[in-house]
Amino acid sequence: MSERLSVAKTYKLYLGGAFPRSESGRTYPVTDSRGKFLANAAQASRKDVREAVVAARKAFGKWSGATAYNRGQVLYRVAELLEGRREQFIAEVASSEGIQAKKAASIVDAAIDRWVWYAGWTDKIATVLGASNPVAGPYFSFSVPEPTGVVGVLAPQKSSLLGLISVIAPVIATGCTAVVVTSQDRPLSAITLSEVLATSDVPGGVVNLLTGHTAELAPWLASHADVNALDLTGAPDELRAELEASASGTVKRVLRATEEDWAKQPDIRRLRAVLETKTVWHPMGV
Amino acid sequence: MAASTTTTSGSPPEFADATRDETSLRRFLHGLPGVDQVGVEQRAAGLATRSIKKASKMWAIDMAISMVDLTTLEGADTAGKVRTLCAKARRPEPERPEVPHVAAVCVYPDMVETAVAEVAGTGVGVASVATAFPSGRSSLRIKIADTEYAVEAGATEIDMVIDRGAFLSGRYGQVFDEIQTIKRACGDAHLKVILETGELATYDNVRRASWLALLAGGDFIKTSTGKVSPAATLPVTHVMLQAVHDWHAVTGELRGVKPAGGIRTTKDAIRYLVAVQEVAGPQWLDPHLFRFGASSLLNDLLMQRRTQLDGFYSGPDYVTVD
Repeated sequence: MSERLSVAKTYKLYLGGAFPRSESGRTYPVTDSRGKFLANAAQASRKDVREAVVAARKAFGKWSGATAYNRGQVLYRVAELLEGRREQFIAEVASSEGIQAKKAASIVDAAIDRWVWYAGWTDKIATVLGASNPVAGPYFSFSVPEPTGVVGVLAPQKSSLLGLISVIAPVIATGCTAVVVTSQDRPLSAITLSEVLATSDVPGGVVNLLTGHTAELAPWLASHADVNALDLTGAPDELRAELEASASGTVKRVLRATEEDWAKQPDIRRLRAVLETKTVWHPMGV
Repeated sequence: MAASTTTTSGSPPEFADATRDETSLRRFLHGLPGVDQVGVEQRAAGLATRSIKKASKMWAIDMAISMVDLTTLEGADTAGKVRTLCAKARRPEPERPEVPHVAAVCVYPDMVETAVAEVAGTGVGVASVATAFPSGRSSLRIKIADTEYAVEAGATEIDMVIDRGAFLSGRYGQVFDEIQTIKRACGDAHLKVILETGELATYDNVRRASWLALLAGGDFIKTSTGKVSPAATLPVTHVMLQAVHDWHAVTGELRGVKPAGGIRTTKDAIRYLVAVQEVAGPQWLDPHLFRFGASSLLNDLLMQRRTQLDGFYSGPDYVTVD
């Protein structure tokens, strides 16, 4: 009996809720940790970055305007869908990170828990970071955290799922929208995540996932005037200073994070990084 | 009807026969070759794929800026809004004085006086919509008064709407007379005739309406009011560009085309410029012969211009809100 031929997949980008090919038409092979071919991924170009930012900007109004409770519900629903894809995630994490299935399973579980953890923060973060301020006069003054806008995220290169979720979830939990450049060599979990997001209630454009070469895409994201914040987690070391300098050209918030131990319990640092505080003075009501 | 008035028309001698009376007008318009719908749409789509890069793109952006009729036609327009619009028309990008000014501002008749005072001496024209814009449903007396009101206030260009009801029911003579009457009321002001192609249903009708407007003396033919969807499309503009091109071939006169409504991005604008070059000819790449009726297009043109010069993408936070 002849052996069955495997179907080699060529994945696409996730942009504005749709799955287009890269504008450039390029793809690149993705291999497992030992160099065995897994699939082809789309290799995004600067114009895909541009389109992604447009999509993210368009989605921002509605997503940031949704109630915190609603955002929480949408994110919980995503966690349910992640759970349904558990086996696929385990296989992808195991092959691309070169670990045993058992360890991969614990990473996937941690990733889903991480998503739920951030989903819980949607309607609590305002209470923690907001305040009603004491003033010496007949006024009322309060501060509220507001989402900063479109956030460019350079996802961790090594941790393909737990790391990815740890950088995306805080961004969209606050009401920001994200343009994510995925791990260059381990993009498969990100592609599966995009399939999850596309079938969830997250509106198109809230998360945009670009697979490709980080060093090629990052400068365009850093310099783009319509991006409000930049997360440098997965940035190549030699580019960091340059990216930060170019991000400052259009006054972006820059999160100078590096790859960390993602299994560690997170804090609200990443939520705070994409929030800005608005303080309002009100004359006392009648 | 109208046999007596149409004979006194200023139509070129080549078309004296066509405009003699209503019957010959109908015979002429229905004798125009039909538009190949599939062909024109395919050609428009084909030309739209042409890629314009670097130096040509910069040239195209500047050309498009100088062709914009910066428009505000809202019930909520105020003198203040018109003044800000005029400031932007005079100098679209204050930090870069080399950016050309736009061709004109386009406002309602009651705002003409405000606009004229703001753009005086800058080379920016003031266009005013008239003749019961946007539906055109009123008596001829009121349409004339509307036009005279705008012209007296100092408008240099009048955008009139044709009576689509009359056109669609085949009363070409009435439409013809109306355009001629308004043309006379315009005096020195240029007349743009809005065909409202979104309501004309077929390309054949667009071609007939274009020729009718040209025969009656319209200086420009304009696609739409911007209040009806679909507004300007590339294939419709192709048909109209063919009409002015053919008109020039027969009479030697140059008439203009103005697509309006729905053109929001630089990419769209450049596609129109390619169509102008290829369908009408390079002569028409001139603000006197081609205009964009638009409001949000200008911001996108400015953003793209910056992207070309700065080497990174610009954002809407860096242009005016309008």
